[in-house]
Amino acid sequence: MLTGILSGFLLAPLAPALHRLFPRYSGWLLALLPAGLTLYFFLQWLPVTQQGPLLTHIDWVPALAMPLSFMLDGLSLLFALMICAIGALIFIYAGRYLEDHRDLPRLYVLLLCFMASMLGVVLSDNLIVLFVFWELTSITSYLLIGFNHEDANARAKALQGLIVTVGGGLALMTGFILLGHIGGSYELSVLITRGDTITAHPLYGLTLVLIVLGAFTKSAQFPFHFWLPNAMAAPTPVSAYLHSATMVKAGIYLLARLHPAMGGTELWLLLLGGAGAITMVLGVFLALRATGIKRMLAYSTVMALGTLTMLIGLGTRTALLAAMSYLLAHSLYKGALFMVAGIIDHQTGRKDFLDTGGWARYLPVTSACAGLAALSLAGVMPLFGFIAKEQLLEAGLNHGHALAPLFSAAIVVAAALGVAVAAVIGIRPWFGKPAALTHTPSEAPPAMLLGPALLAGLGLLLGLIPGLIDRTLLSAAASASLGETVTQPLALWHGINTALLISLGAVLVGLVLFRYWQGFRHYTRWADTLSRFGPEQAYHRLMDGLVALSNGQTRLLQSGYLRYYLISTLLTLVALVVAALWLNPDALKLRPDFTDIQLHEAVIAAVLVIATLAAVTLQSRLGAVASLGAVGFSIALLYVLFSAPDLSITQVLVETLTVIMLVLVLFRLPGFLRLTRTRTRLADALVGITVGGMVTVLLLSVLGSRYHGSIAHYFISESVPAGYGRNIVNVILVDFRALDTLGEIFVLALAATGVYAMLKLRSKGDTTEPEETHD
Amino acid sequence: MTSLMALVVGVLYAAAIYMMLRRSIVKLVIGLVLLSNAANLLIFTAAGLHRDAPPLVPDDAQVPAGLVADPLAQALILTAIVIGFGVLAFAVVLIRRAYEVVEADDMNQMRDTDT
Amino acid sequence: MTRERRIPPPDRNALRTQSLILRTTGFFLLPLLLLFALFLLLRGHNAPGGGFIAGLVASAAIAVHLFAMSEAGARRVLRVDPRDLIAWGLILALAAGVIGLFSGQPFLTAHWLTVSLPVFGELKLGSPLLFDLGVFLVVLGTASTIIINLAEQDT
Repeated sequence: MLTGILSGFLLAPLAPALHRLFPRYSGWLLALLPAGLTLYFFLQWLPVTQQGPLLTHIDWVPALAMPLSFMLDGLSLLFALMICAIGALIFIYAGRYLEDHRDLPRLYVLLLCFMASMLGVVLSDNLIVLFVFWELTSITSYLLIGFNHEDANARAKALQGLIVTVGGGLALMTGFILLGHIGGSYELSVLITRGDTITAHPLYGLTLVLIVLGAFTKSAQFPFHFWLPNAMAAPTPVSAYLHSATMVKAGIYLLARLHPAMGGTELWLLLLGGAGAITMVLGVFLALRATGIKRMLAYSTVMALGTLTMLIGLGTRTALLAAMSYLLAHSLYKGALFMVAGIIDHQTGRKDFLDTGGWARYLPVTSACAGLAALSLAGVMPLFGFIAKEQLLEAGLNHGHALAPLFSAAIVVAAALGVAVAAVIGIRPWFGKPAALTHTPSEAPPAMLLGPALLAGLGLLLGLIPGLIDRTLLSAAASASLGETVTQPLALWHGINTALLISLGAVLVGLVLFRYWQGFRHYTRWADTLSRFGPEQAYHRLMDGLVALSNGQTRLLQSGYLRYYLISTLLTLVALVVAALWLNPDALKLRPDFTDIQLHEAVIAAVLVIATLAAVTLQSRLGAVASLGAVGFSIALLYVLFSAPDLSITQVLVETLTVIMLVLVLFRLPGFLRLTRTRTRLADALVGITVGGMVTVLLLSVLGSRYHGSIAHYFISESVPAGYGRNIVNVILVDFRALDTLGEIFVLALAATGVYAMLKLRSKGDTTEPEETHD
Repeated sequence: MTSLMALVVGVLYAAAIYMMLRRSIVKLVIGLVLLSNAANLLIFTAAGLHRDAPPLVPDDAQVPAGLVADPLAQALILTAIVIGFGVLAFAVVLIRRAYEVVEADDMNQMRDTDT
Repeated sequence: MTRERRIPPPDRNALRTQSLILRTTGFFLLPLLLLFALFLLLRGHNAPGGGFIAGLVASAAIAVHLFAMSEAGARRVLRVDPRDLIAWGLILALAAGVIGLFSGQPFLTAHWLTVSLPVFGELKLGSPLLFDLGVFLVVLGTASTIIINLAEQDT
């Protein structure tokens, strides 16, 4: 299973080469991987649906108790099949759709990475691993929305999607950590058996809200729905794949997956059901107000995602079964419709429904696919969408909660408006007065027709023979989400019941709405005014606020003067130390003791102090450098006196080299100048003395309060037996703590490389610099 | 003696910081040298001062007889001294390069990133 | 108010004294100092010395030679570009660490080999010695890269 997930990442770097070798058929070739994976998951169908989930476990970071563990159960299988099968069609489609785009190989790479990450999300058993893949899908989505990166608008929309989803991801991570904490495990397969413990925990509410935030941002639930229509800046194959069929359903997957662990509470129902119902109605309403083809499809995706969230929120057996059917139905028809939208754009160049019409005769196959998919979207017999909608209505009508009538009402409204949306998509571009075009459009190439035809055809097939999947795949998926085994046959015809009557009514209302579509749009103009106060505006306000805040902070803190940075840092340090000592006066243990001083030591200390003061006050550079040398050599003497021969030798040698270096460099720089006023100098002296005094006080209290012995005992006693060396300092350097030393010599190497680079850069620039500097 | 050393370290710190606050870049370099010396001496003093007890094991013994100076602090300082040299070299060359480009040894004239 | 900022560069010859005494001592000092560095490196495990100190002594020898003779002369003494010394030093130090990996122990675990030689008696060769040699080369390479390149800027 791991190989399956990683294969996408492995193939990704090879995709550009493959494209160079076979530019015409690269899409078909790359589709072989997802097709193969589809086959693999297909072969797991029977074992998984009949014998239960398949688990793999690989120790990854054992020290952090973080295994790479994967689980394939009914829910994962449903998602994995959709990801791989639709992925294969998308590769074939994209290879033709973006045939002439010079960045097509990049699209392949990103799509492969996305596919692998998405598989990782739905197959991970470990929460942290799941989170890593989750974020990877956000990043690949960002790169794919901004695929046309020369377009500022695409970049802005990509960033918006990224900020919303990754912001939610942050909440999700916190939620996962809390969930792992209260559930006692990071393994999903364990967590789903501990639902009672988790929901009874006092932190349950917070955890749920955090996780739901992550799922809602990913799956574009109100009030985060705005990023999804904006993500339509992506090329159409990307919209079809990421932003309708797979990535946006990651949130749905997560909620369905966690339902046994966290669901069944009032909070769950209100949070998910409420947000889902609002998103559903808002999405379909905005879809009907839109005229851009992809925009309308995007809003109808928002509606579908809302429906799914609401169903998982309702959480009954019927509701979860309905969710799984609806999920599959939506992926099928929406994937097909997006590809149809791409065909319309590709063959005619039109992107808006108002510019289309009467093209059925030119694009017969496309229009047939569009018609079938739209019928499924409308939920008309005998398509699979009908079965899903019937179940949806049942789930609403049969729910026992006090608020159930509200949900049912929302479903009915959404169903009616959804029919109108489907009618616009299925009728408007194909029939009626032909829209004027400069050339007669021709039918799309087979590679682009394959996807919509297969998906729309599958929608019809599954509608006619639901027995292909109902007892196996869908029931297994619903069982995984419900936490108990369900086997429910689906049927196209349930007899005449309330749901069917409502369905009929919805179709009639929807057709009427379609007839008066322009009127509907005219009378709902107020929605545009209202959206000025909507969440997208809040997003922009937030971003502007952040920019303003960081501007203000930069102006305040980043003066550009080194001295102010230093002074503020140092004074903050002093303030913190003073505050710490104020709160904890016992820590201050000053026991100055000047009795134990030998004369020669006192003399060296005095020389050191005098040399330091000389280095500070002398007005000649040579004098200052010489004083520095005196400081260094005095310190070397102190090292000798206090039993550090190695240090002393090193200090002497480094001091020598330092003086040589300063002589080589400093004398090419100008002499000292008195640049500051006396008052500033006094203030600086005060800062210096304050910090110096603080260091003295700290050092005295450290020396006065030694609670623990040195940690060097081990090194001292083991130097000869284990390190075969009598110079303990050297043994520590090259044996006991050799890794530290290794890091240090790397720093040295870096410093030397930096010096070398700067000097050589200068030599190259010599030809141009004189003009700049001599004016 | 440690108390006296604490005072000396304080003086070194004060002098280093005063020099680093000057506008002349040469003084900044001097401040850097003083600061690295001060930090080394601080660690050295904090580890405790021992007279005539270098961390060496006599030829005929497995462990040193009696108390020796803390070898860990010494190992730390030894690398710090050498790295201090490397970093100082880097800083000095950087400053010299900056001087050549900006034509100023005044820190206050180096506040724009685009010069 | 205009302020004279540019000062004339110091006389180049002032940096390198053309004194006979320095050149003569430099000539004799160089091999002595390099030998001393080697001595410090080898005895470093048992007495004050070691890779850091030996590297600094060798760099000081190079620096003296540089002032006594010329930059080109200093480069000749090293025979290779000092930057290459850094690379070799890092490789040696890493190699000393990898030895441990081959026997399934953590990176940088020390390994010792006792060699019996007729004259010197028992000689202990170990990966820490190799590591110390790496440190020596890095320190020597770093210091001489800095000093030689800086000195070359003046000419």
